[in-house]
Amino acid sequence: MLINHPILGPRDASEFVYLGDANLIHRPDWQAEDALAQFTKYGYLRDNPAGEHRELWFHEQGDRSWLIVTRNTLTHEISKVEMARDVASAEGRSK
Amino acid sequence: MRYSGFRVIKEALTGHRGWGPAWRDIDPKSSYDYIIIGGGGHGLATAYYLAKEFGKSRVAVLEKDWIGGGNVGRNTTIIRSNYLLDGNEPFYEFSLKLWEGLEQELNYNAMVSQRGILNLIHSDAQRDAFIRRGNAMILNGADAELLSTEQILKSYPFLNVDNARFPIMGGLAQHRGGTVRHDAVAWGYARGADQRGVDIIQNCEVTGFKIENGRCLGVDTTRGFIGAQKVGACVAGSSSRLMAKASMRLPIETHVLQAFVSEGIKPLLPGVITFGAGHFYCSQSDKGGLVFGGDIDGYNSYAQRGNLPVIEDVCEGGMAILPMLGRARLLRSWGGVMDMSMDGSPIIDRTHVDGLYFNGGWCYGGFKATPASGFAYAHLLATDTPHQTATAYRFDRFATGRMIDEKGMGNQPNLH
Ligand SMILES: Cc1cc2nc3c(=O)[nH]c(=O)nc-3n(C[C@H](O)[C@H](O)[C@H](O)COP(=O)(O)OP(=O)(O)OC[C@H]3O[C@@H](n4cnc5c(N)ncnc54)[C@H](O)[C@@H]3O)c2cc1C
Repeated sequence: MLINHPILGPRDASEFVYLGDANLIHRPDWQAEDALAQFTKYGYLRDNPAGEHRELWFHEQGDRSWLIVTRNTLTHEISKVEMARDVASAEGRSK
Repeated sequence: MRYSGFRVIKEALTGHRGWGPAWRDIDPKSSYDYIIIGGGGHGLATAYYLAKEFGKSRVAVLEKDWIGGGNVGRNTTIIRSNYLLDGNEPFYEFSLKLWEGLEQELNYNAMVSQRGILNLIHSDAQRDAFIRRGNAMILNGADAELLSTEQILKSYPFLNVDNARFPIMGGLAQHRGGTVRHDAVAWGYARGADQRGVDIIQNCEVTGFKIENGRCLGVDTTRGFIGAQKVGACVAGSSSRLMAKASMRLPIETHVLQAFVSEGIKPLLPGVITFGAGHFYCSQSDKGGLVFGGDIDGYNSYAQRGNLPVIEDVCEGGMAILPMLGRARLLRSWGGVMDMSMDGSPIIDRTHVDGLYFNGGWCYGGFKATPASGFAYAHLLATDTPHQTATAYRFDRFATGRMIDEKGMGNQPNLH
């Protein structure tokens, strides 16, 4: 698989480390009333869809940035690659 | 029909016209007491033990394709019970004991071959870890023996124990481990279940559950609605897809694992060996092919095929420990999609829906578990209590912190 890195262009997937579902950037609020239940879901439950999946890849043997890759788990076809940083800041998270 | 040596001779003399199909091909009835979803090894074993051990009738197995086309027919056929943790080891040892009597029990040649499995040791730390594991195995009634390099060389004279990079310092052997003909396990259980009245229905995909007032009343399938008192899901790599139809999110990711077989060569490997300094394991099939594998590809996939970097990685591991492998041609490689759980251990449990049960999360190690998984799942379905060897395989262990994490990797499925 080739991952089209927004800055570096197409890179072999073996340069990356895979973390999992991109929802992992939505860490729950540790001060919420139901923080324990939220963290259990966050830590352990996954949608695991057959089809389009947004997922986190870390460019360990490259520029060490986190990417959000939209990939089809049935065909391995990659349709979109974003910098995780951009996605998070667009959501008003890390400033 | 009973299979026997006499029968083989008789059929040979009469042109093999009398064998007949090993199980019936039938249409689904409108309802059953028990529906098992998934005709893999675990689903078929569950149905078999429901009928045989718990005396249940009106049992059906619904399989979307043909039985044995999933992971039960794609794995590298290794059986063993060399686990460390309390939640696991009694269960896998129970499974190995069931394997030991399986062929007589099923009257089916599953080619159970206890040729032994040897985990090679390459460092002092690894030796300490394997001694601990061996002791845990023995405490749970399994067999384990720490072998010296001299002992290893008797069976594997070609291993380079003085390798500068990965010296071999010994090995942990489980002599009762080995290999089994994987398809024959599916066929043997199917035949045994069918003989006890279980309906095995192929080309019947479950597309939804009928759930009313928190109770499962049956399943929608590509061949219509089928009612049931109890429904047991048992679909391995498809677990999340199926259970989403009952509004469940699982502690599971689906990943692809590849396996490889070389051209047939003369007898070389007497048993199964695993390389401890990389991820590579190998055995030799009765046809002579070297059957080997290594790591999962590492990303979510339902594709039943992997990519080249892992092929390279596995072959590098193979060349490091068995350089002669480079002279053999690779004949085939294939992939299967596996239900990788968050702690690397399985789940056999009830769900939040009455009458709906779940079996999954087997990762890349569920073939060896087939008999015990079927037995324990049948126990749960029939009695609503977990089998004594499967009490730890619960959904709520992730919320209560009772993970069964053999490798101590945490909630990262691609590291288990
Ligand atoms: C390459 C590879 C090597 C492996 N090596 C080993 C090994 O050496 N030792 C070991 O112990 N384990 C090994 N495993 C793991 C082992 O094969 C699996 O854990 C085990 O087979 C899973 O259980 P099963 O046999 O019931 O699964 P499967 O055979 O996959 O059965 C699940 C069935 O459910 C069916 N299904 C799915 N969705 C539906 C639906 N909606 N309706 C109806 N039916 C459905 C599927 O078609 C399939 O037939 C390996 C796996 C792979 C892929």
